[in-house]
Amino acid sequence: MQYEAIVIGVSSGGMNAMKIIFSAMPAHFSIPMIIVQHLGAHSDGQWITLLNDKSQLEIKEADEKEKIEKGTIYIAPPNYHLLIEKDKTFSLTIDERVNYSRPSIDVLFESAAEAYRNKLIGIVLTGANNDGTKGIKRIQECGGLTIIQDPKTAESAYMPKAAISAIEPNFIGSLDEIAEFLIKIEQQKR
Amino acid sequence: MQYKDTSDLEISLLLEAIYRKYGYDFREYSQAHIRRRILNRMALSGFEDIAQMQSMVLNNVPFASELLQDLSITVTEMFRDPAFYRSLREKVIPILKTYPFIKIWHAGCATGEEAYSMAILLQEEGLYDRTTIYATDFNQLALNRAKEGIFSNKLIKEYTSNYQLSGGKESFSSYYTSHYDNVIMNQSLKKNIVWANHNLVTDSVFAEVNLILCRNVLIYFDQNLQNKVQSLFYNSLINGGILSLGSKESIRFTDYFEHYSELDLKQRIFKKKY
Ligand SMILES: C[S@@+](CC[C@H](N)C(=O)[O-])C[C@H]1O[C@@H](n2cnc3c(N)ncnc32)[C@H](O)[C@@H]1O
Repeated sequence: MQYEAIVIGVSSGGMNAMKIIFSAMPAHFSIPMIIVQHLGAHSDGQWITLLNDKSQLEIKEADEKEKIEKGTIYIAPPNYHLLIEKDKTFSLTIDERVNYSRPSIDVLFESAAEAYRNKLIGIVLTGANNDGTKGIKRIQECGGLTIIQDPKTAESAYMPKAAISAIEPNFIGSLDEIAEFLIKIEQQKR
Repeated sequence: MQYKDTSDLEISLLLEAIYRKYGYDFREYSQAHIRRRILNRMALSGFEDIAQMQSMVLNNVPFASELLQDLSITVTEMFRDPAFYRSLREKVIPILKTYPFIKIWHAGCATGEEAYSMAILLQEEGLYDRTTIYATDFNQLALNRAKEGIFSNKLIKEYTSNYQLSGGKESFSSYYTSHYDNVIMNQSLKKNIVWANHNLVTDSVFAEVNLILCRNVLIYFDQNLQNKVQSLFYNSLINGGILSLGSKESIRFTDYFEHYSELDLKQRIFKKKY
């Protein structure tokens, strides 16, 4: 099985969580990662530069109509929903908030599930609301691989707990364990 | 929510049906976006599948109008992206000042907040009296609300803050009067705004204008359709005219990239070359 993309949803406590996962990824890790992190509407993207310094992979904000490339980490821009098209390009919208959030994890996950079907890995990490629950369920329905952070290890347990109450994920673990698991999966496919 | 998987084919048939029956053409909109809106409507209205919804669309006009509302996203704000309006003041107003008469086109004006913001800015810069603002959208309900110029006062706090950040020179409250839970925009702001129904996909060029604002509309279109609409804009602008897009929109991937110079790349303000 070749996984073609990883989508990650993270809310409060996300900065730290992303730092840990991104810095654990080796330079040859090729599966693109696409992240929705809840942030203020006027956040300026300064933090992306900071994360970039910590990662061997390129981290950038997702652009409208941009083609999704291997070995790249994409972050949803603040105040837009991020969707994935079947031709593996991004769309942005300013539709109403979903779960009080824009970008919303559910919106990314549901469109990614349709676009990648069983070639998708979905991950729900720390957070204080239940955005991502519907989306991770949809990923599972479409045959994708599901991973949820162990709520005991999460800065904010609410979001992973909500996700676990909706599905039985393929893997539960701490941030380090999730990073390790992803690296193992990526190696298997070679 | 439990919904059945829906094939792309059914959705494209539905869009075809809407187009043939009502003339609204969504066939080249972002597919992921359209799918999301259609599946949401399907769940809300309790349909089992797209086919059932299609027959409803064809036979029930009120339902069809409701679906059109779902597909037209009218989310907007006054002085949205304050930095953009600052750049308008600093970089675009000096150019507009050189013309005796000014025509501005807001394409996809939704409920009008953007056009009112422009009217305020032009009044403060002393240009409003020689300007006509054409504010267009294909959503008649949104246009009707825009024309009224009545907004919920829950929004005013945010709009006031946007206005101040955008370099506003007055007290924002001088532009409206409060009325129960609403505010009513001043009559003097409305006087040079022409509200009109215009569909960017199916209607043609309608004026020769100095400035076009089309913000957060093109993100909903696929690349091919973006290209077509850019041709419409190119042909509507005078030489040296200005095109402003939303902060995440670009002309880089269209055929018209070469025909504009950048006035402010970050704020997506471009100038048509002579
Ligand atoms: C998200 S709103 C943008 C409002 C405003 N320009 C802003 O940036 O705040 C998008 C608007 O585009 C309009 N729209 C979408 N497709 C259109 C079309 N084919 N022709 C005209 N207007 C269209 C919608 O009805 C909606 O009001």
